[in-house]
Amino acid sequence: MRKLVSGLGGRAVIAVPYLWLFIFFLVPFFIVLKISLSQVTIAIPPYIPVFNWQDGLAGFFQKLGALSLDNYLWLADDPLYVNAYLSSLRIAAVSTLLTLLVGYPLAYGMARAPLAVRPILLMMVILPFWTSFLIRVYAWIGILKPEGLLNQFLMFLGIIDQPLVIANTTTAVYIGIVYSYLPFMVLPLYATLEKMDYSLIEAAEDLGCTPLAAFWKITFPLSLAGVLAGCMLVFIPAVGEFVIPDLLGGSGTLMIGKTLWNEFFANRDWPVSSAVAIVLLLILVLPIVYFQRAQARAQERAG
Amino acid sequence: MASLGSIRRSFAPWADPKAKPYIRFENVTKRFSDFVAVDDLSLSIYEREFFALLGASGCGKTTLLRMLAGFEQPTSGRILLDGQDLRGVPPYRRPVNMMFQSYALFPHMTVEANIAFGLKQDRMPKAEIAERVRQMLKLVKLEPFAKRKPHQLSGGQRQRVALARSLAKRPKVLLLDEPLGALDKKLREETQFELMDLQHDLGLTFVVVTHDQEEAMTMADRIAIMDKGRVLQVATPAEIYEAPASRFVADFIGSINIFEGSLVKESAGMTEIRDTSGADFRVAAPARAAPGDLVWLAIRPEKMRVSRERPPEAENALNGEVWDIAYLGDMTIYNVKLDDGRIVKASMINSMRRLEDALTWHDRAWISFPADAGVVLAE
Amino acid sequence: MAGTWGRFNITALVLGFAFLYLPILLLVIYSFNESRLVTVWAGFSTRWYVSLFSNRGLMDAAWVTARVAFISATVATVLGTMAAVALTRYTRFRGRLLFSGMVFAPLVMPEVITGLSLLLLFVAIGFDRGFMTVTLAHITFSMCFVAVVVQSRLVSFDRSLEEAAMDLGATPLRAFFQVTLPIILPAVISGWMLAFTLSLDDLVIASFTSGPGATTLPMKIYSQVRLGVTPEINAVCTILIGIVTLGVIAASVVNKRREVRRQREERLAFAG
Repeated sequence: MRKLVSGLGGRAVIAVPYLWLFIFFLVPFFIVLKISLSQVTIAIPPYIPVFNWQDGLAGFFQKLGALSLDNYLWLADDPLYVNAYLSSLRIAAVSTLLTLLVGYPLAYGMARAPLAVRPILLMMVILPFWTSFLIRVYAWIGILKPEGLLNQFLMFLGIIDQPLVIANTTTAVYIGIVYSYLPFMVLPLYATLEKMDYSLIEAAEDLGCTPLAAFWKITFPLSLAGVLAGCMLVFIPAVGEFVIPDLLGGSGTLMIGKTLWNEFFANRDWPVSSAVAIVLLLILVLPIVYFQRAQARAQERAG
Repeated sequence: MASLGSIRRSFAPWADPKAKPYIRFENVTKRFSDFVAVDDLSLSIYEREFFALLGASGCGKTTLLRMLAGFEQPTSGRILLDGQDLRGVPPYRRPVNMMFQSYALFPHMTVEANIAFGLKQDRMPKAEIAERVRQMLKLVKLEPFAKRKPHQLSGGQRQRVALARSLAKRPKVLLLDEPLGALDKKLREETQFELMDLQHDLGLTFVVVTHDQEEAMTMADRIAIMDKGRVLQVATPAEIYEAPASRFVADFIGSINIFEGSLVKESAGMTEIRDTSGADFRVAAPARAAPGDLVWLAIRPEKMRVSRERPPEAENALNGEVWDIAYLGDMTIYNVKLDDGRIVKASMINSMRRLEDALTWHDRAWISFPADAGVVLAE
Repeated sequence: MAGTWGRFNITALVLGFAFLYLPILLLVIYSFNESRLVTVWAGFSTRWYVSLFSNRGLMDAAWVTARVAFISATVATVLGTMAAVALTRYTRFRGRLLFSGMVFAPLVMPEVITGLSLLLLFVAIGFDRGFMTVTLAHITFSMCFVAVVVQSRLVSFDRSLEEAAMDLGATPLRAFFQVTLPIILPAVISGWMLAFTLSLDDLVIASFTSGPGATTLPMKIYSQVRLGVTPEINAVCTILIGIVTLGVIAASVVNKRREVRRQREERLAFAG
């Protein structure tokens, strides 16, 4: 039975985490928004504040006129930013698709493995997720470099005689994203595939489907919820990814996370980096809301 | 020593106008957003009574029990326990305890710790707790299992732990939510009698929720039949079976034949009914209706007789064809198809071993019943 | 269904896991390389581990990281558990939609945005950046992960256990601590472990919110990695991988043992 909030304890249980997230998660976005509307200056902090908390309401309205959309216009004008957004979306989309292609057979193999082995396989997928993200990306540098292990290996086999240039290319970024985000794709896929009743496939084959047709007509459509959840979990953070393009992509790869980082740390342009963040957030808000609603729905069903 | 049954027969506080109800629901309504779970319900339960709430799932019986325990608050109306209004009293301050359908045994505690849990909440001295736990374990015959965890017990043992735990605080009222639902049939029958003995020996008031009519009939002093959040009838098991107050109750408990007809006349305790096919019935039961009104005659199958010839002494008889026979060993159930297509069910005790000239499929047969066999139900 | 090894399934599993584990394995192997050149094998050596422990900067960063991770994981576990309880127990309160949004959004929010926004908050309220701000930032995002882990356990938690406790006289608070918490404890512990490793792991948010004197290990590793791959970093990574792997394996072995014992006892109970 559903319950309404009652008692002091109930209120505290809601209020404390609510307040925490409100202060440290929601309020900061408004500050980012505010600073994205300010002018850059050489000072500490390096921007001219539009609002001052001390000014009160009167000051607020007075300064409303001082808002400037300059930073946004700047973003729209400079092809660097536009290209960075577009290329981030493209790289994230391609890598999400690649992750799905790598992750689906793995999840399928796990879900069809003997019952006793499944928990071990599941742990083997989760284990890399527990090790540092940075380390996992770092491991690929040594592999993909021109004199790296992959090229050594391929040359040893005689497949190539010139080292392949993979490091500091978009390909390296794809590999990095697929590798780092694979568990996020496999886990929801495995969850849906494992729950699926295998007799459905048997029924389809009994009714004349080949195994491949049964897969496309039965298994895949029924696993779509897992596919979507996995894709969201990969796509959304990948769009704003910083570490992978920075360490594996080199200067040739344009991604918005990296642009924001450089704008902030190298150029110390806080208003522009705030504007970059706000636009990125606006791009991602739809998928995020979708993801959140899917989560809530799944939770309703489970409860 | 008198048997429990004979003691219980003389226990009837509800028939005594001077007796004060122990638990009283007054016009209680409970709504969950737009769903009415309990609808303007009033009910009295007396001290030391074994009271059953019986109904199909969703009839509101569990909600009623949970309101008494304090897990739900009535939307309107009030609940009194021993004269005290329970409104606003949280579950942990109510002098009632509940045995949950799932037993809700704490999986991380031993049997002992489960039983002691409620006593510890009351900060009873350690020595007293130990003594009480010992008594409880003895009561439910689980002394050797004190140190076990719930998952190390069988289903029947878990049920006993749950019972001991809810009895440990010596509540004024014990609430039991489908107490035997998780047990298999044989264990259920044994446990029914144990629960009755226990209730009598401890002198407690039991309120049990069940969907199993046999269980309710066996154990309860009185049964409340519930449907759609309302109480349709509160009476002893025999009254409910023999004198159901409505077609719903008649149909709900056991099986029954119902004939629709109109009241012809009622005089000197004898009611005459003409049913839709034109047959006339004479019934020795009051009709509570005016001549010409639509009424229903309800007769239990075991009060009907099936025979080849119309028995000369029969007050009411119908002719038809044997349509189906179910031989159950101790009795045989006949479905007889009347000429207008209706099926009437009659059950006959197989008191003789040999069945010479037994009725068989498609034989013509008479179904007959005496005047005092049925009850007349009005709208 | 019982499941069988098909040829396709085996291939998928072998290739998939090779892809997942080979890079890490190579990294570990090359941390024992004698040569300074990371890609040329010159014999087994532990010299990089020795030089690692005499590297003051790395050791300081490791100590900062451990403290940040411990404190933030602990606070995040408390807050995240509360949030999970709030989300599962109270289905109707004002602002619940916003609340659940704030719990789920950080899970997918790009780190650069979270990091930047937290930094700007700290600047706006005049907080000096350092140990404290990194810890606050880590609490904020890892509490959401804890909330999700604990929530998935609470959803399947039998509410009647809590009701039974209250029925027996326990106040809601006592019912939570004496009944609910002990039962969901494994989920709370894995929530803590997740929060701990997330904090141990984080580069981006720490880079934004940290200040002088509070350089975390990932920040240190990152600044060295940018200068090139060194065996010393391989050694640090190997140690970190070792710690995490041991922790996760130990936890799952303990869980597995408990599960096996429980199943055996259940069988005995029903047989006897």
